[in-house]
Amino acid sequence: MINILFFGKLRESLGVSSVTMESGSITSVQELKLALYTEHSQWQALLDDPNTQVAINQTLKSMESHINDGDEVAFFPPVTGG
Amino acid sequence: MGIHVVIQAADFDVSHEYQTLGNSDEPYGAIVTFVGLVRDFSDQSLQAIELECYESMAQKSLESIAETAYDRFDVSQLSVIHRTGRLLVSDQIVFVGVTAKHRRSAFDCANFVMDFLKTEAPFWKKEITTTDEHWVEMKESDSARRRIWE
Repeated sequence: MINILFFGKLRESLGVSSVTMESGSITSVQELKLALYTEHSQWQALLDDPNTQVAINQTLKSMESHINDGDEVAFFPPVTGG
Repeated sequence: MGIHVVIQAADFDVSHEYQTLGNSDEPYGAIVTFVGLVRDFSDQSLQAIELECYESMAQKSLESIAETAYDRFDVSQLSVIHRTGRLLVSDQIVFVGVTAKHRRSAFDCANFVMDFLKTEAPFWKKEITTTDEHWVEMKESDSARRRIWE
């Protein structure tokens, strides 16, 4: 199982803060995104936004990164704290 | 190692944090403190901000930034506090406090922590004005500030 989290404007636009997905044959962030688009086609424009960032297990990663069963994958816009 | 990182909804008391920084066995000759506030520089329509946070990652991120800064600038104590939730105009958002032997390393350490915090720590601000609500966009000037340290 992969735990997927969304934050900030992206969370609000998608209308959901987290979903889970059976890891199955998913081994990368790109494959995870494709699996999400199969269920939610309207998410593609938001998750494919070049500004959208991804963290795996609370560490910022690239969209080309590998993921494993049990990982926590978070998508969010550029940060604006401080 | 004197690193202290806290994410909390509650407000903080700068005089208390100042005292805590000073309670150190290590000798120091400078204390620098920075406080970031909710501001309305545009048209007085801002009522509040909502600060959203990916808390587990934010804790890791702030600790990593603090450890890097601690090693780089030869400081004695480093404290970082970041608030979350609904904050009003003039409320305190963030605190960075540093003690060091010399002022230069204390100032540089505080600047470094803020420049990385603003570009890497997973917090997001939403501004609530009298007419609408909108998410704050990342500023290129913040990224440029961070690149100075590379």
